[in-house]
Amino acid sequence: MDTPILSVRNVHKTYGTGQSRFEALKGVSFDIPEGQSVAIVGKSGSGKSTLMHMLALLDAPSSGSIELEGTDTRKLRGSRLNRTRNKTFGFVFQQFFLTPRASVLDNVILPLKIAGVGRAERKRRGMAALEQLELGDKARNRAVDLSGGQKQRAVIARALVNNPRIIFADEPTGNLDSATGAIVEDILFGLNREKGITLFVVTHDHDLAARCDRRVFIRDGLLVEDSAAVAA
Amino acid sequence: MRVPDLVGSAVANTFRAKTRTALTVVAIFVGGFTLTLTSGMGTGINAYIDDTVAGIGASDVMTVTKASESAALAFGGDSGPAEYDPDAIDNGQIGLGTVIALTPDDIDTLANIDGVLDVQATKSISADYIVAGDDTPYVVRVGARVEGQTLQLAAGDAPDDASDAFELVLPVSYVEPLGFVDDADAVGQTVMIAVTDAERTQHLVEATIVGVAEESIASATGASVVLNDALTDGLYATQNIGLPVDVSERHAQASIWFDPDATDEQIAALKDRLADAGYTGTTVADQLGAFTTVIDGIVLVLNAFAVIALLAASFGIVNTLLMSVQERTREIGLMKAMGMGSGKVFGLFSLEATFIGLLGSGIGVILGILTGTAISSVLSDGLLAGLPGLTVIAFDPVSIAVIVLVVMGVAFLAGTLPAARAAKADPVESLRYE
Repeated sequence: MDTPILSVRNVHKTYGTGQSRFEALKGVSFDIPEGQSVAIVGKSGSGKSTLMHMLALLDAPSSGSIELEGTDTRKLRGSRLNRTRNKTFGFVFQQFFLTPRASVLDNVILPLKIAGVGRAERKRRGMAALEQLELGDKARNRAVDLSGGQKQRAVIARALVNNPRIIFADEPTGNLDSATGAIVEDILFGLNREKGITLFVVTHDHDLAARCDRRVFIRDGLLVEDSAAVAA
Repeated sequence: MRVPDLVGSAVANTFRAKTRTALTVVAIFVGGFTLTLTSGMGTGINAYIDDTVAGIGASDVMTVTKASESAALAFGGDSGPAEYDPDAIDNGQIGLGTVIALTPDDIDTLANIDGVLDVQATKSISADYIVAGDDTPYVVRVGARVEGQTLQLAAGDAPDDASDAFELVLPVSYVEPLGFVDDADAVGQTVMIAVTDAERTQHLVEATIVGVAEESIASATGASVVLNDALTDGLYATQNIGLPVDVSERHAQASIWFDPDATDEQIAALKDRLADAGYTGTTVADQLGAFTTVIDGIVLVLNAFAVIALLAASFGIVNTLLMSVQERTREIGLMKAMGMGSGKVFGLFSLEATFIGLLGSGIGVILGILTGTAISSVLSDGLLAGLPGLTVIAFDPVSIAVIVLVVMGVAFLAGTLPAARAAKADPVESLRYE
C-alpha cells in the first residue's frame, strides 16, 4: 500500500493550563491516501478547525504525531517548514482573506511571491490559474469589486497557483448562496478528480460532506465516525 | 520572498492607507525640512568663513603680542588695578585696552625662538583721510596686508610688495564717493592719503590704486585701504616724523611665520614657547575658532529642535504601523500560513516604516532646499546685501544624504516595534473568525 499523504496518530491538543485548561482534541488517528477527498464534519467547538490547523502544520499537536508522506512533521522547522507549507498546501477560507484594494492577480500570485518566483513566471502562472477559474478578464480588477462567488473562485485560484498536493478548504461555501456554492463545489471536486489534488474540507454542511469520498465526524475532540472505516 | 518583491510589497502597502501614510509623512517632513534648513545654514555660513579665511590671514602666520595684565582689565578682570607700565601702548583694537609694546629687542627675541621662521613688526598707521583730486576727503582706515593673505578683488590686482611704487587697494565702498565711475575706472588712478606726524603737521602721500577689493565680514582689514610694503613704510616714516627712534620703533604687535606644514601639536608647542618667553601668539585658526564655535552652537540648538520634531514623528510611525498591523492581522496570518517566514514579515513592516521615512525626508529635503535657496537669495539681495559672497543657506550633498539616511534610520527604529508584533503573530490566531 502507498504511503498515505497525511497520517495522524493519536493527536491531542490542549489549550491553556490549570483551571482554564481545555482539551480540543483527545486522541485522533486516521490516514489520508493521496488524491482522496475528505470531509471533516462537526459542530463548532468540536475541534475540527483545530484538526485542520494541525494538518496544515500551522499548529503543533500537544502529543501524538502527524506524518506528511512518512516524514514526521515535528522535524520540520523554520524555513523548511515554511517551504513545505508553501509548496504542498493551498488554502480556501470561508471569509476569503483577499487583500481588498490589491488587484485580483496580485492576490492570486501571493503564494508565488512568497516562494520567490520571478515576476514574469508569477504573472504567467497567475493568469493560467485565473483562466482556469474563468476569472481571466477580472485579473486587473480590485478584489473588493468582485462578487462573492468570484471572490471564492479567486481564492481557489490562489490555492491552486502553486500546484499544491493538498487543498484545505474551511467552510468553502459558508458565505455563498446555494447556486454559487454548488459551482464552487464543482470546481473543487473537479480539481480533486482531474489533478489528483487531495481535498480536505472542513464543514458542517452535510450535503457538501456527502459529495466527498470520505467523511470523518468529530465531536468533542474525538473521532466518532469514519466512513472509510465503515466501508472497510 | 525575494528582496525586490519585499521592497515592492512594502511600498505598495504604504500607499494602501493613503490618509494615514500622508499624515505620518507630514510629521516626518517637518523634521526633515527643519534639519535641512538648519544644516544648510551651518554649511552656508561656515563655507563663507572658509572662503574668507585666506582673507583674514595666511595659515602659517601668528600674531604675537606681549602678555599684559592690563589686557585682562578690559574684560572686567578681577585682579585689581594693573600696575603702571611705561611700555604699555594702545593696541588699536577696541575693547582690548592696552598691550605692552614690542621693542626691537623683543623682535630679536622672537626671531630666536625655536620654530619661528621670520618676524615682522606690524606697523600701525592711522591715516586722517583719503582724497582723490580736489574732491571731498573721506575718513579712512589703513590695513597692512600680511603675505599669504588674499583679497577678494572686484577689479585690478593685489598690491605688489616688491614694487618701490606706492600702491594701494581701495575698498569697493570708496569707489563712488571718491568720484570714480566704476571699479575698473578706479584702477590706475591716483589718490592722496593724509597722515599727521608727531609734530602735528599733516602730510599728503600720493599712491596709485592697483585694485578694488570686496569687503567681507570676516576680513581683518574690513573696509580699509590695503597698502603695499613700500607705501606702508612710507606712511609709517611720515607718521613718525619728530618722534625719537625708541618710540617710533615700538609696535603693538608683530607677525611671525612658522612652518606651513606644522601640525596642531607643533603649533601648540610654539605657542607654549612664546608664552614662556612672555608673549601671546594667536593663529588665524584661533581667531576663526570663536566664529565657527558660535555658528556651530546656533546650528546645534536649531538641530536639536529638528530632532525633537523627528522624535515626535517617530511615534507617529509607531502608531501608524501598529494600527496597520492590527488591521492586517488576517493578511499577516495568511502570508504566514502560506509559508512566509517571521523574518520576512518583520522585514516587510520595517521596510514600510523606512519607506515612510524616505518619503518624509525626501519631500522635506527637497522643499527645504527650495525654501532655503529662496530665503538666501532674498536675504542676499536685501538684508545681507552688504556681505557679498555670503550664501546664508547652502547645501552640500553629503550632509543632505546624511539627513535622509538618519531620518530613514529613525523611521526604521520606530518600525521595529510594530514589525516585531507582526512577526510574532500566530497564523492560527489571526485566521480565526469568530
